Amino acid sequence: MSSHHFEEQDYTKGFDFTTWKKLFQFCARYKKRFAQMFAISILLAVGTALFPLLMGYAIDNFVELQYIGGEYIRDLSGLPNFIVWVSLLIVFQSLMTYLFVWLAGRIQCDVTADVRESAFHHLQTLSFSYFDNTPTGWIMARLTSDVHSIGRIVSWGAIDIVNGVFMVLFYVIFMFIVDVRLALITITIFPVLFVVSYYFQKRILKAHRESRKINSKITGAYNEGITGAKTTKTLMREGRNFDEFEGLSGGMRKASIRAATLTGIYFPMIVLIGGVGVALVVGAGGSVVLAGGLSLGVLFIFITYANQMSEPISLIAQVLSEMQSAQASAERTMSLLESQPDIVDRPDVIEKYGDFENPKREAWDKITGRITFENVNFNYKNAETVLSDFNLDVKAGEKIALVGETGSGKSTIINLLCRFYEPCSGQILIDGMDYRERPQIWLQSNLGYVLQSPHLFSGTIRENIRYGNLDATDQEIEEAAKTVDAYNFIMASEKGFDTDVGEGGSRLSTGEKQLISFARAIIGDPAIFVLDEATSSIDTETERKIQSAIYKTLEGRTSFIVAHRLSTIRHCDRILVIDKGKILEMGSHKELLAQKGHYHSLYTNQFKKEEQSRILQEQS
Amino acid sequence: MFFVAMVCSAGSAFSNFVAPLIIGITIDNVLGGLPLEQTNAFIMWVVGLFGGVEAFEGNIWLAALAYLSIVALIAIFIFGRHRMISQFGENTAKRMKDKLYDHIQKLPYNYHVHAKAGDLIQRCTADVEQVRRFLQAQTVEIGRAIFFTAFALVMMIPISATLTWVTMGFLPIIFVFSYVFFKYCRKVFKLADEKDGEMQSVLQESVTGIRVVRAFGRARFEVDKFVKKNEEFRDLDFKQMKYLSWYWGLSDLLCFAQIMTTFVVGIFLTYNGTLTLGELVIFNMFTAMVVWPVRQLGRVLSDLGRMQVAVERIYEVLDEPAETDTEGATSHDLQGDIVFQNVDFEYEEGRKVFDNLSFTVKRGETIAVLGATGSGKSTLMHILLRLYDYKSGSITINGKELRDISKEHLRHNVGMVLQEPFLYSKTIMSNLKMAKDTTNDPEVYEATKTASAHGFITEFEEGYETLVGERGTTLSGGQKQRVAIARTLIKNSQLLIFDDSLSAVDTETDAQIRQALEDNKSDATTFIISQRITTLMDADRIFVIEQGSLADHGTHEELLERGGLYKRIWEIQAMIEQDFEQEVNT
Repeated sequence: MSSHHFEEQDYTKGFDFTTWKKLFQFCARYKKRFAQMFAISILLAVGTALFPLLMGYAIDNFVELQYIGGEYIRDLSGLPNFIVWVSLLIVFQSLMTYLFVWLAGRIQCDVTADVRESAFHHLQTLSFSYFDNTPTGWIMARLTSDVHSIGRIVSWGAIDIVNGVFMVLFYVIFMFIVDVRLALITITIFPVLFVVSYYFQKRILKAHRESRKINSKITGAYNEGITGAKTTKTLMREGRNFDEFEGLSGGMRKASIRAATLTGIYFPMIVLIGGVGVALVVGAGGSVVLAGGLSLGVLFIFITYANQMSEPISLIAQVLSEMQSAQASAERTMSLLESQPDIVDRPDVIEKYGDFENPKREAWDKITGRITFENVNFNYKNAETVLSDFNLDVKAGEKIALVGETGSGKSTIINLLCRFYEPCSGQILIDGMDYRERPQIWLQSNLGYVLQSPHLFSGTIRENIRYGNLDATDQEIEEAAKTVDAYNFIMASEKGFDTDVGEGGSRLSTGEKQLISFARAIIGDPAIFVLDEATSSIDTETERKIQSAIYKTLEGRTSFIVAHRLSTIRHCDRILVIDKGKILEMGSHKELLAQKGHYHSLYTNQFKKEEQSRILQEQS
Repeated sequence: MFFVAMVCSAGSAFSNFVAPLIIGITIDNVLGGLPLEQTNAFIMWVVGLFGGVEAFEGNIWLAALAYLSIVALIAIFIFGRHRMISQFGENTAKRMKDKLYDHIQKLPYNYHVHAKAGDLIQRCTADVEQVRRFLQAQTVEIGRAIFFTAFALVMMIPISATLTWVTMGFLPIIFVFSYVFFKYCRKVFKLADEKDGEMQSVLQESVTGIRVVRAFGRARFEVDKFVKKNEEFRDLDFKQMKYLSWYWGLSDLLCFAQIMTTFVVGIFLTYNGTLTLGELVIFNMFTAMVVWPVRQLGRVLSDLGRMQVAVERIYEVLDEPAETDTEGATSHDLQGDIVFQNVDFEYEEGRKVFDNLSFTVKRGETIAVLGATGSGKSTLMHILLRLYDYKSGSITINGKELRDISKEHLRHNVGMVLQEPFLYSKTIMSNLKMAKDTTNDPEVYEATKTASAHGFITEFEEGYETLVGERGTTLSGGQKQRVAIARTLIKNSQLLIFDDSLSAVDTETDAQIRQALEDNKSDATTFIISQRITTLMDADRIFVIEQGSLADHGTHEELLERGGLYKRIWEIQAMIEQDFEQEVNT
């Protein structure tokens, strides 16, 4: 699959209803919370709109002269009451703000966590073809930044829209109640505000996205500049590289300034339009006041409204433009959630034997380890045939070595055996039965698997070994470590089995990681064992140590060994030389050497190399 | 630029205070019919521009226009401030990034041997971003809060000193509240960040280790693990939100209380007759203008520490000494003998790699180098390129002391292929043309044919235009080495060094490449480091390096005759085939 597929495609056409509908399903269980949130945001809008009204009232009643009993006086008798009411409103308003943030935060955190969890759960059901074709970074981005942006839009986005709309609504209602003429004049700036806001917000978002894109290129350039620094020096490329980098950083500056200029125009525009509103109110309202048709309090109310109106409107515009990128995030996340696994257990199989969620172990039959490939054909999606009409019969307990060039098909055989992929046609039998008659988990919990680059999980050594058998006791873990000769080095480390291995096992050497991965593989007492180039990445010294671990590990199990190092495989029962998906030569080490064919020349070259490095190493 | 931005900031703050004054005058003197007693000269000037209060009385729209023109002024200042500060911030960010990139490239070879790429990238991106944000957003916030408060004081005191103190009363509280609050919350924010990191690493490990997860049937276990971390993060994240909701709720309460207190006290003052209605409105607007920036200021200041850390981290990189050249180093013809005399070299004090190394290589000779890992053979080659400088002794090329040949000249004219060469994320063609600008396609093809790379390159769908590196097709180790060899051959160097650069190529291709090199041989002096004895045996002379000294040298035959390490390796390899015969027969 081409990598272009995973380029961030950020622009989607118009409003995509189906995507949002799918998103709403995640919100459905928080219906009550949403209702509360909307109610609060409406109350908050009322409160905000009430303030100017109250102040206008105070101006008219406490500041302006009142005509009472035939004379103009200032009457403060209502002030204590007013203060109580205003204080109540302030407390109410603050409480609403508190609840507003609380609820939006709650919904954001919950929905984000829910979507993330379903996405992760779904990942575990997807097949290998998905992982082989999808960069890890892409998956990571879906479950982090995209999910975050979804969470934001359904909480803050939704609440801001409701709040903004109602604020505008109450402003309008109150204005009309107070004075229809001025209200009519003031609301003329609404559509202008909205159009300008929406226009700019959209453009600003786009400009920001542009600069973010360049930014990720800059990160890439740093990465290349740092990892390639040695080569750069030998080629004297420093100057050229820097020129190219300057092109990028210059582009970034240009794009950022462009975005900033847009915001720089937008905000003053909003201020200016607000100013127009106030000016209109002052002009028109003032004329009416002069004519005696309006109190100063009312004028004050309108001035305040006109001043504040831009706030909810630009908020709405901002959310609307954010919705576009949120929609793109949602689409990408939904595409992950909707990817179909290539390999699924049949419903009747799940019925009888369970699946990875609810394995019905009691119904499982024990695997003895006979493996048969019957007329297996296989090709990866949209690619050439890797295996055609492949046949192989392996007795229980037999040790099979696979030898061949990269791309010969030996890894594919392993992938099929582990049911990471399934044959396109033909079948693979375990103990004489097509493995599709059982759930994937049945075979996979009976596998011991050791990879070329041992993959450990963050946590302690104990936890890592226990990964192979979750029910293992501490004693069993120690036994397993002893079997593979890992016990001594483990005990030599400060905290023994409770030593933290670091992220991905980074605190251990490759050899140590490999030993632990062997211990992890045998602790589950698997019937079938797979060593996938398990020793090619370690030095001779470590290999010699591991060698004995390997023999102990393989004892009595059906084993498949893929290896570069021929010393590892000469003791196997049968060696298969694979080329272009076919078995070129097959037999024991001796038989194959006697044939003087491919194996012979491979082995000789390899052995020479290994011997030489051994002698050189002894020398130093 | 920064200065202009700050002037604009002050200007907009000032205009922001003028606008309410106009409203105030309009209410009091135009609509309220009070006599004019303004003390502010500027406002009188502005009002005068529009014909004075008298004209306002005649046409209230003039007052509106006056107001609007001030708002327009505000708008212009805001634009100026924003534009200038962004340009300032972006320029600084660009300069920093450029400087970092440039400096990192110029750091010595040894630095890059030990460099941690992830951490360096973090400093170049996230830390620079932190500084940029400070310059662009936070300075504006700080400026705004300061200017607004200052102007508020200047403008308000003449109107009513009493009400001014009332207005300013809450400000310190609001500021201190914000500041202390965010200092206090930092811990929770940090915890949430860490948990986020943990969750992401569970995710990453589970995706990259999917083979292990599946092979052990641990999908369920992974889901449980992830759900646990996910929930922990959610709860901490929500804890952050809870703090924030307290913050917004309480600070709203403070800010509103401030506004209302000013208002209510103002009402009393108007009752006393010390304040007019217009002035009350002015104060009301001023208060609203000051509280929010001050609230923001507390938050910004509590965040300053992070900026400092970022700057320190950036300077840690920039303060690393860059590679320097010997003073007065010049270009020099490299076509000639290479002579080592009593050369000593050590990476660090007391750990000698070479001790008293002496030898001579004739112009045009092909020298093969054999030695164990760590014997110093790669170091020898690095010294020839002056990636490291030797401590004592003398190395001359064509009679000129190596130290006095400029690094630039040397690296331009010595072709060196590293064991793990780096290909840039460009097309294969651009990678090939990288070493020499003036090269043309036929020259490239010739080089790729010599390096046995032409074949596999043309097999790609897009041939020479295939994108390689991070975003493109992944080449195997052997393919990379062959492209790198071709890239170096194009340079037509006077000195060629292959630092174990055929290690990932199979034996037959190795032989092919060496044959082609021999056929096209110019009179370049050539060094070949290799672990394969078959690669070494055809060389003019073979150097055997043992623990930092030249243990032996000579032709294949001479070395076999003399015995020693080379002979032992050779014999054992010859014996292996006989051994196999026996093994088969027993």
